[in-house]
Amino acid sequence: MSNKTIQAIFDDDDMLLKAVKGLKDAKYNIEEVFTPFPVHGLEKAAGLKNTRIAITSFIYGVIGFSFAVWMMNYMMVVDWPQNIGGKPSFSFHENMPAFVPIMFELTVFFAAHLMVITFYMRSKLWPFKKAENPDVRTTDDHFLVEVSTEENVEKLEEFLKNSGAKEIKLKA
Amino acid sequence: MYTFSKKLKISAILFMILGALGIGYGFLTTPNNVDEVKEMMQHENSHETHSATENTSSEQVKGDTHKKASANENSEDAHFTHALHSLQNRPYTAIFIAMFFFFMIALGTLAFYAIQYASQAGWSIVLFRVMEGITAYLLPGSLFILAFLILMAANGHHYFVWMNPDFYNASSEHYDEILVSKSWWLNIPFWMIRTFIYLLGWNFYRYFSRKNSLAQDVASDLTAYKKNLKASIFFLLFFVVTESMMSWDWLMSLTPHWQSTLFGWYVFATMFVSGITVIAMVTIYLRAKGYLPKVNDSHLHDLAKFMFGFSIFWTYLWFSQFMLIWYANMPEETAYFTPRLLGPYQLLFIGMLLSNFVFPLLVLMNSDYKRVPWFIISTGIIILIGHYVDVFVIISPATVGNHWAIGIPEIASILFFLGLFIYIVFTALSKESLEVKQNPFLTESEHYHY
Repeated sequence: MSNKTIQAIFDDDDMLLKAVKGLKDAKYNIEEVFTPFPVHGLEKAAGLKNTRIAITSFIYGVIGFSFAVWMMNYMMVVDWPQNIGGKPSFSFHENMPAFVPIMFELTVFFAAHLMVITFYMRSKLWPFKKAENPDVRTTDDHFLVEVSTEENVEKLEEFLKNSGAKEIKLKA
Repeated sequence: MYTFSKKLKISAILFMILGALGIGYGFLTTPNNVDEVKEMMQHENSHETHSATENTSSEQVKGDTHKKASANENSEDAHFTHALHSLQNRPYTAIFIAMFFFFMIALGTLAFYAIQYASQAGWSIVLFRVMEGITAYLLPGSLFILAFLILMAANGHHYFVWMNPDFYNASSEHYDEILVSKSWWLNIPFWMIRTFIYLLGWNFYRYFSRKNSLAQDVASDLTAYKKNLKASIFFLLFFVVTESMMSWDWLMSLTPHWQSTLFGWYVFATMFVSGITVIAMVTIYLRAKGYLPKVNDSHLHDLAKFMFGFSIFWTYLWFSQFMLIWYANMPEETAYFTPRLLGPYQLLFIGMLLSNFVFPLLVLMNSDYKRVPWFIISTGIIILIGHYVDVFVIISPATVGNHWAIGIPEIASILFFLGLFIYIVFTALSKESLEVKQNPFLTESEHYHY
């Protein structure tokens, strides 16, 4: 038995949120929701798992911090010791306060950039990628829900109509 | 309606009694003359080593301020005289630190409260009565500060070293050009007038906003709310300026040769993070007892976020002040950090970074932990201890120098003001209903979720 995917279009975010909750309660499988702007509470209603990007961000931050420590030690102490501001101590810990801004900046730099790259990779996005958007109106003022079902398509269509869908079509 | 629980009331009173006894003990055990100091020092031989590091800020003022000793006394006697004055300062310092610490909690809370009004924040309305309860301590706290400062200005003890008239007397050997050039600002009458103005302004806003906040509860229109909104904006304008000046006058002037343009903000960060921490702790306490049914986890989450954020903000200012002075390495500036970073305060100075920065950073970083009450309470206790140490390290090196300790006078002072704080705050909380009504943002606050 093959899966059929229904696309339902809403024109109100509250209706959409209610419909998504209803679908979830009725144990339908929501494949994807397309919205022109972030709808508050939608990710919870659609049953998405919590993002783990915060954890990666922490790890990247630690990497950036360690990199900065290594870099400043290599540059200022090991490779080419310099007498700056009358502090020719040539030891890392005695010059550490001067390195703190760099450690901070590199922590932020690594965390931010690598997090964005991770996000792009995880969402399979890259420059010049063709949009996977099923309906251009979802970039303007409409909301689209993709629901798949193995059972009765009519029943699902009826369900979506009742929850306020403006348009319903079968995905080709 | 919250009723001040008997257990809490009795412990508050007990704290005050124990504290008062301890403070009295602190004054009684202070040496009265140089001979007693010598005797004390012989008892504590281990302390003798400290003379090697005797370079603290109280001596940076030319000719040693405390000294009333004549010039032909030998240096050993001068050393003991200095020790005597430091030891005599210790109970005053202990009281002043604890007094200022609890005062600044109330003041920080008041600033936070005013910001909620001025920014028309929606989330925090259900916490207004808690904040108003904490700011109730502002008035008694102010009176204590005022009494202390008047006493210090009046008794000729020269707790604030710049008050010594010798510095401004051209024929005196202690004549000090730097202090003379500052005397248009740093003179006792003007200093006292400013103190009056700060305290009056802050207490007036507290009185006015509390009155309007209660009036709004039974109002049919928004007049009272609008008055508070305007008052809060003007209060914040007033506060930003006066808070900075207060920190110069009460704290920075303890080392009168030294100055830092960041000092006001740095003290502000300390008071703000302590204030928010206490709001969170009192909120959790009252919620656990069931008095704040409308406060949900998201409100706690936001308070914990503020604790986290302002701990980092404090560190940022602390470090900004420190690094510039450390890097430039100019003697008149590093004089402040010498006893703190390299002298006898090193442990406290570095240690407070752990409790004020590293600990809240690691513990409160996780989003879920910000919703766990016991996490917030235990982090809060660490943060408050850290900021007490912060105030201690701001004040003590200038007044007691190498003769610091955290002993009976210090702990007793904390206990006394903690007891007073608890007594006044919870009495104020029990006077009015803890539920805000009729505030235009109330619904938003009740439904607030993150």
